[in-house]
Amino acid sequence: MRLSDRLFIFIAACLALLVLAFVDAAVRVRLAEPALEARATLVRQLELTDLSLFTEARYTRHLSQSDIHTAFQDHPNSFDHFPSGSLVLPPSHLRVP
Amino acid sequence: MKKLILRQKYLIDFTLSSLKRRLAKNLGLLLVYTLIVFLLASVMLFTHSLRREAGIILESSPEIILQRLVAGRHDLMPAEYLDRIGRIRGVTRKAGRLWGYFYDPAVQANYTLMVPRDRDLGQQEVVIGAGIARTRGVDVGDFLTFRSSDGRAFSFRVVDILEADAELVNADLLLVSEGTYRDFFGIPADRFTDIVLQVRNPSEVRKVAEKLTVLLPDARPILREEILRTYDSIFSWRQGIVFVLLGGSILAFVIFAWDKASGLSAEEKREIGILKAIGWETSDVIRMKFWEGSIVSLTAFLLGFILAYLHVFYGQAALFEPVLKGWAVIYPSFNPTPFVDGLQVATLFFFTVFPYTVATIIPIWQASITDPDAVMR
Amino acid sequence: MIELDDVKKAFNQGRPNEFWAIRGVSLRVDANRITVLKGPSGSGKTTLLSMIGCLSRPTSGRILLRSRILSGLPERFLTEIRRKTFGFIFQQFNLVKGLTVLENVMLPAYPLGLDHQPLKEAALKLLGQFNMESKADSKVEWLSGGEAQRTAICRALINDPEILIADEPTANLDTRLSREFMAIIRDLKQQGKTVIVTSHDPVVFEYAGIDTVVEMRDGNLAEA
Ligand SMILES: Nc1ncnc2c1ncn2[C@@H]1O[C@H](COP(=O)(O)OP(=O)(O)OP(=O)(O)O)[C@@H](O)[C@H]1O
Ligand SMILES: [Mg+2]
Repeated sequence: MRLSDRLFIFIAACLALLVLAFVDAAVRVRLAEPALEARATLVRQLELTDLSLFTEARYTRHLSQSDIHTAFQDHPNSFDHFPSGSLVLPPSHLRVP
Repeated sequence: MKKLILRQKYLIDFTLSSLKRRLAKNLGLLLVYTLIVFLLASVMLFTHSLRREAGIILESSPEIILQRLVAGRHDLMPAEYLDRIGRIRGVTRKAGRLWGYFYDPAVQANYTLMVPRDRDLGQQEVVIGAGIARTRGVDVGDFLTFRSSDGRAFSFRVVDILEADAELVNADLLLVSEGTYRDFFGIPADRFTDIVLQVRNPSEVRKVAEKLTVLLPDARPILREEILRTYDSIFSWRQGIVFVLLGGSILAFVIFAWDKASGLSAEEKREIGILKAIGWETSDVIRMKFWEGSIVSLTAFLLGFILAYLHVFYGQAALFEPVLKGWAVIYPSFNPTPFVDGLQVATLFFFTVFPYTVATIIPIWQASITDPDAVMR
Repeated sequence: MIELDDVKKAFNQGRPNEFWAIRGVSLRVDANRITVLKGPSGSGKTTLLSMIGCLSRPTSGRILLRSRILSGLPERFLTEIRRKTFGFIFQQFNLVKGLTVLENVMLPAYPLGLDHQPLKEAALKLLGQFNMESKADSKVEWLSGGEAQRTAICRALINDPEILIADEPTANLDTRLSREFMAIIRDLKQQGKTVIVTSHDPVVFEYAGIDTVVEMRDGNLAEA
């Protein structure tokens, strides 16, 4: 078989997978709707304000509840004591002086 | 038209043959290229889906939270503030929240203790998040013992575990009754952690917040839109070690790829001379190189993206876990909901395929406009 | 068929190392003839040949192909004429390394965009004529000198050109292979091709089948 034909088959397969990924994404987002709704309900019932992604310190656990005086906000671009401090920004309403 | 396509196919044949000649080198390049696309796409897919999900579920957060500050630190909220707020137009509900942090020395983890409004829990009952259940290795019916602020040991029976499906928000939650909470932390009955307010009309939220700051000068309102904005800029593109590290490796790759793509060896120059001498047009040579650049970069993009998709949405973004986890002991286990932004993917496509292709063409341009008679020497 | 009219060629014109390699050559090459350009090294044979084959342009003077002036044509047309009219056999053969014999032979036809199967068959048939079909799938870097030569000839013939141009084709071959090459050239002439060869190899310019010998000296035609 010609090299170009082999390449076309390969690219076509990859494109098919790409399309499949998008279809999969669409389907799974649709399927996730009840779960998202359940999460939203939990947030509403418990009056939650933050994701429990960074549990190491109070100002990373409750990002949105931190204030201008906590260590995290020493400087908006400073590398924090905690690794997550270098991943996420302080709340945007605190970044504007 | 058919001729044109057949012609391109021949050019692709030739390009592939010449790529095959230096197979190991070109495969190495493709591998590194794919890896970079994979990392970029993983970061992109992960942050985007997290951002979208946070936006959707935190839409249900309270409209306004009122925090009290004393000498620049959070302080407990006196219950009488609820009365001092009185009736503000637009506020449909106001209530004190009770929540705080508890450090568990047994596993060196931080928990978030909360008093739920919708559950009636007994004195010694506790509901825990799936993250805690996993870290402590407990199940419904087991007991957890913590030492309170005044040194007493409190034993709790786990009566329920919060839905594992919602770990993204509840991994470290520990729900207890109000009485237990106050007793455990020694918080008087007339104090709350903060106050939440419900405002029916979104356009009134700012006005309500202004009134609150006037009424209670030592309190600070946090609006839901601020929460949402915080999570909208989560992992902001310009931030973070990941990007600093990635930036370094991308730079290294760019230099490598540029060198590889743009530096023409004497052999390649001679080859172009031969092709031109036997009747290839300058444009054929350039197109042939264009195909080389686009084949390599397109393959890298497709493979990298597909692998990234599998990694993030089927592999729990396992590579990022150590980074996101940081020093935390409790980390939610979750497969992000696959929100994919077509525009973002298109941007990634453009920035991975276009520069490389251009870098392969530019030097060829110079080489292929020279006279072909050099091959006679 | 081809006429050269007071053709001159300068290298590095206007610079201190300016060098006139061809200093006014007028010449006629007739169709269906074998013409040999001979002369000492540096006399300008290769330079003249590359101008005839549209690989480079004369600094002044005119080159006519079937009464059509080539010298002024834009690059694109020159390439097309080169592809359709001329087949080249180079001194170092100039095969593209890493490709197979078959691919090398097909290479000049790639820009034509022909159907693949007929082209492949034509190439195999050509290779067959030169007893090379068993080598069709070997890489060119493993070929012996004679096999590389025959591959180069097949490549020159794939587009069925009227004129074959060979620059020192026997320089890398021994006497036996050189004779074989001249026999091939003679056969090609019988098939109606015009052949122009440069050489300082006696096997070539003393070969019985050639029609014209043109001698060059210092960029001029030597008075024969
Ligand atoms: N690109 C160039 N720049 C400068 N001088 C050149 C260039 N090409 C050829 N020359 C000079 O032109 C002269 C003629 O060269 P040419 O290659 O035509 O000679 P030749 O007759 O083919 O010699 P040989 O028999 O050794 O192949 C030589 O003196 C050579 O140095
Ligand atoms: Mg020469």
